[in-house]
Amino acid sequence: MGAPYGSAAVAALRGTGAEIRDAGPGDTVAGVVPRWVALPGSTEEVAALMRVCASLDLAAVPTGGGTRLHWGRPPERCDLLVGTRHLDGILEHASGDLVVRTQAGVTAEALAGALAAAGQELALDVPAGGSTVGGVLATAAAGPRRLRYGTARDLLIGITVVLADGTVARSGGKVVKNVAGYDLGKLFTGSYGTLGIITEAAFRLHPVSPVRRWTTVRLPGPDSWTVPDGSGRLEAPIGPIGPTGPAGPAGPAGMGDPVGPADTAGPIGPAALASALAAAQAEPSAVELDWAAPSGGVTVSALFEGAAADARAQAVQGLAGACGPWEVAGEAPAWWGETPGNGVPGEILLELRVPPASADRALRAVAARGLPARVRGSLASAVLHVALPAETGGPEFAAFVSGVRDDVRPLGGRLTVLAAPPELARRVDPWGPVGALPLMRRVKERFDPGRRMSPGRLAEGL
Amino acid sequence: MTDTTGATPVRGPALDRIARRLAAVLPPGAVITDPVRLRTYECDGLTHHRAVPGVVVLPETAGQIAAVVRICNEYGVPFVARGAGTGLSGGALPRTDGVLVVTSRMRRVLEVDLPNRRAVVEPGVTNLAITEAVRPHGYYYAPDPSSQQVCTIGGNVAENSGGAHCLKYGFTVNHVLALEIVTPDGDIVTLDADDPGYDLLGAFVGSEGTLGITTKVTVRLLRAPEAVTTLLAAFGSIEQGGRAVSAIIGGGIVPAAIEMMDALAIEAAEAAVACAYPAGAGAVLIVELDGPAAETALQSAEVERVCLESGAFELRTAADPAERAAIWKGRRSAFAAVGRISPAYIVQDGVVPRTALPGVLASIDRLSAEHGIRVANVFHAGDGNLHPLVLFDDAEPGAAERAEAVSGRILDLCVEHGGSITGEHGVGVDKARYMPKMFTDDDLDTMQLVRCAFDSRGLSNPGKVFPTPRLCGEVPGVRRGAHPLVESGRAEQF
Ligand SMILES: Cc1cc2nc3c(=O)[nH]c(=O)nc-3n(C[C@H](O)[C@H](O)[C@H](O)COP(=O)(O)OP(=O)(O)OC[C@H]3O[C@@H](n4cnc5c(N)ncnc54)[C@H](O)[C@@H]3O)c2cc1C
Ligand SMILES: Cc1cc2nc3c(=O)[nH]c(=O)nc-3n(C[C@H](O)[C@H](O)[C@H](O)COP(=O)(O)OP(=O)(O)OC[C@H]3O[C@@H](n4cnc5c(N)ncnc54)[C@H](O)[C@@H]3O)c2cc1C
Repeated sequence: MGAPYGSAAVAALRGTGAEIRDAGPGDTVAGVVPRWVALPGSTEEVAALMRVCASLDLAAVPTGGGTRLHWGRPPERCDLLVGTRHLDGILEHASGDLVVRTQAGVTAEALAGALAAAGQELALDVPAGGSTVGGVLATAAAGPRRLRYGTARDLLIGITVVLADGTVARSGGKVVKNVAGYDLGKLFTGSYGTLGIITEAAFRLHPVSPVRRWTTVRLPGPDSWTVPDGSGRLEAPIGPIGPTGPAGPAGPAGMGDPVGPADTAGPIGPAALASALAAAQAEPSAVELDWAAPSGGVTVSALFEGAAADARAQAVQGLAGACGPWEVAGEAPAWWGETPGNGVPGEILLELRVPPASADRALRAVAARGLPARVRGSLASAVLHVALPAETGGPEFAAFVSGVRDDVRPLGGRLTVLAAPPELARRVDPWGPVGALPLMRRVKERFDPGRRMSPGRLAEGL
Repeated sequence: MTDTTGATPVRGPALDRIARRLAAVLPPGAVITDPVRLRTYECDGLTHHRAVPGVVVLPETAGQIAAVVRICNEYGVPFVARGAGTGLSGGALPRTDGVLVVTSRMRRVLEVDLPNRRAVVEPGVTNLAITEAVRPHGYYYAPDPSSQQVCTIGGNVAENSGGAHCLKYGFTVNHVLALEIVTPDGDIVTLDADDPGYDLLGAFVGSEGTLGITTKVTVRLLRAPEAVTTLLAAFGSIEQGGRAVSAIIGGGIVPAAIEMMDALAIEAAEAAVACAYPAGAGAVLIVELDGPAAETALQSAEVERVCLESGAFELRTAADPAERAAIWKGRRSAFAAVGRISPAYIVQDGVVPRTALPGVLASIDRLSAEHGIRVANVFHAGDGNLHPLVLFDDAEPGAAERAEAVSGRILDLCVEHGGSITGEHGVGVDKARYMPKMFTDDDLDTMQLVRCAFDSRGLSNPGKVFPTPRLCGEVPGVRRGAHPLVESGRAEQF
């Protein structure tokens, strides 16, 4: 493509009203440098940009805060980076309805600040640092409280998107209960910019808990965890109780029947502890794990929110005490809600998911590889992030991925590569087998037949 | 209120041939062609839409459903899935020229996995059967549509059904971890919440049978709460009740359920089940709190205080499960109960933002007076989901039309207030024509892209949800209009 065409394209892009500039090295998308950056200020401008891209066959990649632009595979091509920074309006906060409507470029901290005034929050645990609403949705990011509130897709109630051909489409709305039409918001959560550009979203909110308590337990390393049998499943950690009655002679806030040392041969592993906590009638909002190095012990922390949070955090002491030294604190542990990677391009970050009762086995599978992995994440849901040191070599990385996959597959688990330098990423299938991939490809073909929206970022053909 | 596709089954020779092919892939007795038996499937819970299915099949496995779907593809005939037929939007309305796939022989709970807090069930299992299977262990399945004794989990998935407790716990989509489906092409595919990429599981839930047939469902189980507190508050007026609802939510409490009934709905419930709600109430509010005992104790005191402050003249708190059942009895019977005070009625389902409730209810009152049609209001007040029961006498000439008009105007009100034309009963055939009030052509065309990705031939429950289904062009991506650079003279070729 020669310069005349380039300048004509710039003129056409400028004609949309969006701010346009040449891209620089700072605009790199997983190693690919786009030609231009556009900063539209409205859904209409995004639509106009996409129409220009369609007519000139330019490939576009959306970006919000750019904090996770290196996640996913490099795009097959990228002419235009579409930044949502100017789409930063909170459109409507209906506090009485516990609903907010925002533009996609609003950052998590701006949103949290606006909602806090009404004592409300979007219960996604997005850490500070520039992440935008659109980026959180596109990466399907969710934090510790997924146990209680679910993930972005569970809190999203309406969405506006611009498709590759410039079509503006909405689904859902601004009411929590709504089953009219297909839920396009679900499709776009986890889409990494491959189906279109999210320009607006509406969310269900929750009241901010006035009190929060964390019960944190230190457990020894994997050599001493008890895994009761070879079936890949632990015994149910709680006994039968009536449907609504309290659990018999339990603590003040009702703990069910905690796993006691008497029932087991040795110290209890994190999975059994998490299972028991998740099933506890003290109802924690989150049960998280931090494991700094496979040779050492693990930390498990449960968050209690709402009325009587303190009493409930204390009520699980029977469980906690059976596993190791514990404490109740009013502050989150320092690692709470952060991914274990350093968050910069070059990081190696994987997501490990197994049925929760098999979490010990998944952790052993990581330990067995002998790399200095750091594991952190939602233990009760068994959605764990695994970070490897940036200097990990290609063959070691490939062996790690295939080894862990072999171990967790029989458990019904999966290991996904979220981020890795291209020379490593290329050695492995980032997802492993996904039965629904052919259907996803058909969705992609319908939404973006010209393959102009972040082509190839998610998986082959998406 | 007319038959949708004509009442007389005319099964041509093509369907006879298909029936023979179906019999070859299904167990004995699983293909129904007898007109009398076919007629028992002619409608779902929305009985004024009727069509006798061409053929009914009763498969027992996913493999059999896949075989049925492949045969339908071979002949290009549509198929419709049906669970218990309790749907209220005509979603399971059969096709006279097609195959109705009924899941009544797929009723096994396949696996209860308490350590992982999940159960795997076949699509014909009733909603309540899941809870019954795990209740002895202290667990339950949260979404609880009032029809839960009868309706199937397959139907719940298709409709993304809610229930009284979805205010706190969410809908079916928030409680399904994986689905096995037969795609409209006849492939068996698993959609898993743990899959990376597009959330096809979430998109499938609520698609009303238009994206394929569910053959297996993995649901999340919840631990039964330690404590449940149920309060009944009686108010002089709906406005007072509405104020209490706002104050409860505004105070940072998310109850498991907040339900409201107006005077006419109370009158009907009294006549039907003698629920003995406080006499003279213009509205009753049922508030259920659940969770750790220490929490519900604090919250119920707060709810009581707020109700009294908002003008409640009587408060009752259930002390045990029997008293709780007594409080719920009137609410649970409400739909059927209006049959006691009116020869015929329409059950409407619309949503408004919770804060718009008082205004919308006043408007409904006006509509009711203008048209001389009584409306009883029963609703999930916590999430603004209205279920107006539009009462009429079908023997009175013109009454049905006026009732239809009022019912339709109520949906307009919902849309005008930024709400939805359906909160839980689905679009089906009944509301397809209202979709353009809520969505633009572009919105609907975009949804159609999803349909085409799953079902390019439009065989899976066609004619539902979308008003004017478009054909899925086999060659996608035709450019619209002239090239802007060419148009503006800035470029001739590129
Ligand atoms: C629990 C949790 C923990 C987290 N931990 C960390 C952490 O430790 N450090 C940290 O820095 N961040 C962390 N994050 C933040 C998070 O992972 C990303 O920062 C955020 O999701 C991306 O937002 P962004 O605006 O920076 O998106 P970007 O990085 O700009 O983009 C990310 C992806 O989303 C796509 N995208 C962006 N906007 C849109 C849009 N409008 N429409 C369509 N696609 C779009 C992009 O194409 C890209 O593929 C965490 C988030 C959560 C919920
Ligand atoms: C008295 C009464 C009270 C009700 N209360 C509530 C309530 O509180 N909340 C609520 O949400 N709903 C309620 N409903 C509506 C209804 O019960 C629900 O929509 C229910 O989910 C339908 O289930 P079903 O098995 O009867 O499905 P059907 O009526 O048989 O089918 C409903 C739809 O699902 C599709 N379908 C069924 N099975 C499958 C399958 N295996 N795969 C793919 N598609 C399938 C059908 O094609 C159809 O489109 C109520 C209905 C009645 C009659």
